[in-house]
Amino acid sequence: MKTSIPHIASNTFREAVRDRVLYNLIAFALLLSGAAILVGQISIEIEKLVVINLGLTAVSLFGVVIAIFIGIGLVSKEIEKRTLYTVLSRPVRRWEFIIGKFFGLAGTLTVNTFFMAIGVFAALFYVSHRFVRADALIFVALYFIILEFLIVCSLSLLFSSFSSPLLSAVFAFSLFVIGSFSDDLRNFAGMAHGVSRWLATGAAYLVPNFSAFNVITSIAHEQPVAGQLILQNTLYALFYAAMVLSGAVLIFEHRDLK
Amino acid sequence: MSPELVMPSIEILGLEKTYQVGFWRRRPKQALRPLHLQVEDGEIFGFLGPNGAGKTTTLKLLMGLIFPTSGSARILGREWTDPGVKAQIGFLPEQPYFYDYLTAQELLEYYGQLSGVPGKQRRHRIGQVLHQVGLRDVQGLQLRKFSKGMLQRVGIGQAILHDPKLVFFDEPMSGLDPMGRREVRDLMEQLKHEGKTVFFSTHILSDAEALCDRVAIIHKGEVLRVGAVDDLTSSVRGKVEVIWQGTQIPASIKALGAECHVTAEMVRAILDEKQQDAAIDALRRDRLRLISVTPVRTSLETYFVEKLRHAETSAGSIAGGV
Ligand SMILES: Nc1ncnc2c1ncn2[C@@H]1O[C@H](COP(=O)(O)OP(=O)(O)O)[C@@H](O)[C@H]1O
Ligand SMILES: [Mg+2]
Repeated sequence: MKTSIPHIASNTFREAVRDRVLYNLIAFALLLSGAAILVGQISIEIEKLVVINLGLTAVSLFGVVIAIFIGIGLVSKEIEKRTLYTVLSRPVRRWEFIIGKFFGLAGTLTVNTFFMAIGVFAALFYVSHRFVRADALIFVALYFIILEFLIVCSLSLLFSSFSSPLLSAVFAFSLFVIGSFSDDLRNFAGMAHGVSRWLATGAAYLVPNFSAFNVITSIAHEQPVAGQLILQNTLYALFYAAMVLSGAVLIFEHRDLK
Repeated sequence: MSPELVMPSIEILGLEKTYQVGFWRRRPKQALRPLHLQVEDGEIFGFLGPNGAGKTTTLKLLMGLIFPTSGSARILGREWTDPGVKAQIGFLPEQPYFYDYLTAQELLEYYGQLSGVPGKQRRHRIGQVLHQVGLRDVQGLQLRKFSKGMLQRVGIGQAILHDPKLVFFDEPMSGLDPMGRREVRDLMEQLKHEGKTVFFSTHILSDAEALCDRVAIIHKGEVLRVGAVDDLTSSVRGKVEVIWQGTQIPASIKALGAECHVTAEMVRAILDEKQQDAAIDALRRDRLRLISVTPVRTSLETYFVEKLRHAETSAGSIAGGV
């Protein structure tokens, strides 16, 4: 079966590249090399800790910001500028458009993360002059970060399919922050009573569980990641993103274009 | 004749659109009354009406960009929602806008892919179309640097790129200089010549008059008349112009209620078509030399204004009667 998804995805990627999104890599490189040089005076163990912690946190934050800022415009901007008219009047189904946009954005972030990862490893090599086996754990952390991006991308797209970029940004950032503290939310739900317990439990299970994706601190301390967590996070991210995308498709399928 | 040959290109079966307007107190606004319309295969059909009449709404409904309150349509013999239909139609939106980070060439490449035009054929067609709409020299320029008129050309290019059987143009001449309008007109005639059906909307009557096999006149969401330009215009007045030599006006012709203008060596009389034979007989009786008899055609412009004024007053009287 012929589908437009790859064409839409690659055009989305091209747009991001031409809008100079990848320029963020320069800021990232500056940040990382600055940090590496600054901590260069301290003992090797601490240096590594700082570089991994700071490097991976930056990879995650830069990516989330990009995912939200591109994602929130992906649908609403095309409706606003009416670029969609000449796309949807072709043999392109609306769900293909959403899914294509998702893959385009996810692809952009993956490429971006790939370059950042090179930066992290380079900084690591700069401070410790060699790689050890435990450094392979960084790949797991990067993988989790990408899984996290998939969820953020899907959420931005969902908001973009029914609200303005500004509101979408607010929604997406709020969800990201709440999701990052979802562990605390769950703890709170466990302690609360009555209605607030209900609400907190509902919220805790509805918001994306980003806490589970954050293994940066533990791998910086060379603690291994359980295989089960990898599997669990993979399934969770795919399921969550798929659900959110279905919602986006459902909304967009029935929407009048301006 | 095989049934395929007589199949209409577009059948609009009571499409209707009511928008909900207002933020706090939502109230309905009927943009399109139930519309019935049939466009035949191979014709240039003009969808004519002033701003706000519902032309764009109709086209967006047909393209599946908005959803009807009720009704349906068939395009090229299939349900209009059938995805297969979309590969065979082209659409030029009103004041089109495109991905401005792409060049004209890249945009057409992308749209060719979306329309499922195979690779080799696609490259060939893109070259052809860029030439046809006069954008060959700027094909490598990003669209953000394009003027409105150039974007209109890109819009036409993308609409005909995949060699569709049927094209929908929303105000194709707007934003173009006289040269550009002329080119668009020629292009539409070319498309018709290639056996394609052209459905275009306009509020500019002269464009429709020169081009269309048939027009529909739409006003405030309602189609007032559908017909050939000739029929619509001549049927209103049904006057003829009779010219004969000399300066003499037979009394019997005056009696017919003719409006006569005498010049140096001839008389021009405008009278009802029905009186034409009587007038010619009168001239023959008086042995006057007839020069010509021609139907006087009201221009579409006059017709349009009259029709709309009529619609306005009858709507007013309905409202007044309630
Ligand atoms: N999205 C919308 N929401 C509310 N009203 C609309 C919308 N789009 C069009 N209309 C109204 O519907 C009517 C028909 O508009 P349109 O189809 O654009 O007219 P035309 O293309 O003939 O100029 C107008 O009165 C317009 O104000
Ligand atoms: Mg319009």
